[in-house]
Amino acid sequence: MNWEVVIGLETHVELATKTKIFCSCTTAFGGDPNTHVCPVCTGMPGSLPVMNKKVLEYAAKASLALNCDVTQYCKFDRKNYFYPDLPKAYQVSQLYLPIGRNGKVPIQVGSEEKVIRIHELHMEEDAGKLVHDNWIDQTRADYNRCGVPLIEIVTEPDFRSGDEVIAYLEKLRSTLEYLGVSDCKMQEGSLRCDVNLSVRPQGSTELGTRTEMKNLNSFKAISRAIAYEARRQEELIEMDHKRVIQETRRWDDNKDATISMRSKENAQDYRYFPEPDIPPMELTDSYLDSLRASMPEMAPAKRERYQREWGLSEKDAALLTDTRAMAAYFEDTVAAGAAPKQASDWIQGEVLRELKEKSLDIKQVVFAPEALAHLIDLVRQGKLNRNTAVKVFRAVFDDNGDIDAYVKAHGLEQVNDTGLVEQVVSDVLAANPQSVADYKAGKKKASGFLMGQCMKALKGKGDPKVVSQTLNKKLAEL
Amino acid sequence: MSLLDYSALELGRLIAADEVSVREATRTALDAIAAANSDNNAFITVLEEDALREAEQVQAKLRAGELSGPLAGVPAAIKDNICTLGVKTTCASKILGDFKPPYQATVMERLQRAGSVNLGKLNMDEFAMGSTTETSFYGPTKNPWNLGHVPGGSSGGAAAAVANRECWYALGSDTGGSIRQPASYCGVTGMKPTYGTVSRYGLIAYASSLDQIGPLARSAEDCAAVLDLIMGKDPRDGTSLEAPCGHLLENLSADLTGKKIGIPVDCFGDGLDPEVRAAVLSVADVLKERGAEIEEFRLPIMEYVVPTYYIIAAAEASSNLSRFDGVKYGWRAENYEDLTDLYNKTRTEGFGNEVKRRILLGTFVLSTGYYDAYYNKALQVKAVIKNAFDDAFSKYDLILMPVAPTTAPKLGESLSNPLQMYLSDIYTVSVNLAGLPGLSMPCGLDKNGLPIGAQLIGPALGEQKVLDAAYAYQQDTNYHQKTPVGGAKE
Repeated sequence: MNWEVVIGLETHVELATKTKIFCSCTTAFGGDPNTHVCPVCTGMPGSLPVMNKKVLEYAAKASLALNCDVTQYCKFDRKNYFYPDLPKAYQVSQLYLPIGRNGKVPIQVGSEEKVIRIHELHMEEDAGKLVHDNWIDQTRADYNRCGVPLIEIVTEPDFRSGDEVIAYLEKLRSTLEYLGVSDCKMQEGSLRCDVNLSVRPQGSTELGTRTEMKNLNSFKAISRAIAYEARRQEELIEMDHKRVIQETRRWDDNKDATISMRSKENAQDYRYFPEPDIPPMELTDSYLDSLRASMPEMAPAKRERYQREWGLSEKDAALLTDTRAMAAYFEDTVAAGAAPKQASDWIQGEVLRELKEKSLDIKQVVFAPEALAHLIDLVRQGKLNRNTAVKVFRAVFDDNGDIDAYVKAHGLEQVNDTGLVEQVVSDVLAANPQSVADYKAGKKKASGFLMGQCMKALKGKGDPKVVSQTLNKKLAEL
Repeated sequence: MSLLDYSALELGRLIAADEVSVREATRTALDAIAAANSDNNAFITVLEEDALREAEQVQAKLRAGELSGPLAGVPAAIKDNICTLGVKTTCASKILGDFKPPYQATVMERLQRAGSVNLGKLNMDEFAMGSTTETSFYGPTKNPWNLGHVPGGSSGGAAAAVANRECWYALGSDTGGSIRQPASYCGVTGMKPTYGTVSRYGLIAYASSLDQIGPLARSAEDCAAVLDLIMGKDPRDGTSLEAPCGHLLENLSADLTGKKIGIPVDCFGDGLDPEVRAAVLSVADVLKERGAEIEEFRLPIMEYVVPTYYIIAAAEASSNLSRFDGVKYGWRAENYEDLTDLYNKTRTEGFGNEVKRRILLGTFVLSTGYYDAYYNKALQVKAVIKNAFDDAFSKYDLILMPVAPTTAPKLGESLSNPLQMYLSDIYTVSVNLAGLPGLSMPCGLDKNGLPIGAQLIGPALGEQKVLDAAYAYQQDTNYHQKTPVGGAKE
């Protein structure tokens, strides 16, 4: 039988606010256990939450960017359950009036375009972390992450393949990163994704019984888990003639398999009710208008513009717009006077190589786009040749050193003095009669050797074009 | 005459004039507490050394001219559900028996800034759940007017301590009448201000949408002075309001000319003790003499208020009290098998029966399948109740009604029939559901010599109107100055 896979996603995204959702503790990743905490985020008796306005702004921006209807009268609810990583024994979340609903995210897989519908986008607080110490057989609670602001984005079951899921997540990551509302780092847990998956016979319109997969820590894990779980469900039905049980399954990266965690029968009643400690929030039309006006140009628009205005290839445009920081670096380089094509080549070549070698993020680069533009300009003017420019780039990249000073101190200016070049060529020809004879005898390779000797005599600073022209002219005259 | 016979404002004047030292006042109160506490059990914690040290610090500031204000140097006692930095805050529960908050409630910061001295932490019903102070893990408080009777609750310790002249004023909290009802039973003046006017930061929550801190004192004037200290917007409480504050005392006026006072006939019918009825209605006569117009009206919500209150309060409580799980602070069961067992044993051992009853009730009304039938319905009725009051206040400046159907019951009579106890909250809970200011003041004694209270209710942010009327009443009567006889020790 041919099977169709049906997938819906629940994605948790950590918002990039400096402080937590209901208190002024830092949201910084890591830190010694229980050092980023206060009475509010540890739920001490008598403490009260106070809404961080930035969280509301970021969640509203994300809702707008994902084409959601924004709930202008928006409230929090309490989700009640006991667990030691949840110090209040309830999570402040949104059930009844989530901030965003009915969104749409266009994606592209190969040449096929598709729209993924967003069911809802809601705000909530993160829980802490439990660390089991096997040595003393005790579990310890670290509440640093308690109260870190999250948005949860729930899609409709619109995906039909793992590729669509990845395309959506890439789009989501790019959108939220461009908005500046999250850094979307999966390895630090700032983007976490649960996958709801069911299978059904091709052509069927009814949904099959779904399972929910957790612990998916990379795009790779998501792809593999989807492939595994779809096959597991298909084989269960087809080979074993069994039913799929609605349950939560944990992805195990080492075993390359999903493992049953708990079934729906054990599902908890969260007893949601409106959070009485936080008054409802009103998002006025003018507030939403101001957010719309502050929206940055997003990746797809930039990609289109780079191709249209600056004649870049689709591939180059895609690479340069991967992150907002990368696009900004590129645009700043162009704004500083560099030709877009040159800027694109340098960034994708030299800059990316440095980032890779040094495991850096473009945001951490101190080498200024203006400096890169200047370097490109020196090459254009013929004051440095390309290879020398790369050497200079590498020398000044780490500390944004002064390019002109470096070039001068190391005597790297390109020699364009035709008199000097002619003199050097004449000297080289005189010193290498054998090579000249070989050339005359038809061994054209000899000219390469002579060219190298000339550049060596010029300490690499000669303009290769001028040197080669002069050499060819003199050889012809002999 | 003891220093404790002065009102809070009178003592404040003597301290400001340097005729009485803060230490002297503090010492006098501590001695009175020491003499009475074994009988009436009003205090859970007495801060003997801390209070005397604080007294010296306040005195030094007064001498340096760093403190002014009518209550500077006047010691106070605090209900044990208000967090005090480094001082045990138990909520009268075993589960918080050793809890010392690492932070100060906003009201405590405000009192400290005004030069108050904290005498100690007052007994209460466990987690403020109860109407008699009998549900305290630390034993019941007794009514100073007759030690065989309850002081009311949940701020029973506060009412008893003020009535028994152990302190000049106290801070209590009121979720469904927990300031007004014990004030009534103990013959003191107590006020629950408008929801949101006093910060709840540091008040250990019972029902977050209803809880409010307020004063219990000897008179409306003293209450006004305390409210001037504690009211005001607090950035740490998202539900606190931006509203004018700090001028209740200076604006206090006994002239009620042109004020319209409504008497809801629905609150004077069946179930109301005839002596209480007569005493409360007699208040109207006094207010009329002061220029007020009195009119009867219908407030057709009374049959809904108790169930609505108990559904909403219990629902919020079931969530608020979930954090007491033995993991982070407070009581933890000694022997347990696993995590679930830790939770079960800790909460079984740590909470008393009344708290468990309300947690169960609250959990039930929020459960899938019952949420709409109970909790959601209660929210709708809450809106109806609020509208009924809005209607009333479009016609009247104030509402006058009883605080409780009877005077203080005998010890041990109430807990055996919790439903009956809940029904006795009928006159107080609607004020919390509507978020309004309400005041209880003494207006007579019954044939057994127990105090009767009358309740004045104002529109939202109408504290001044409420206090003016009570102040006017207390100009012409002396019930608020009566001291306990029978139960009180000389």
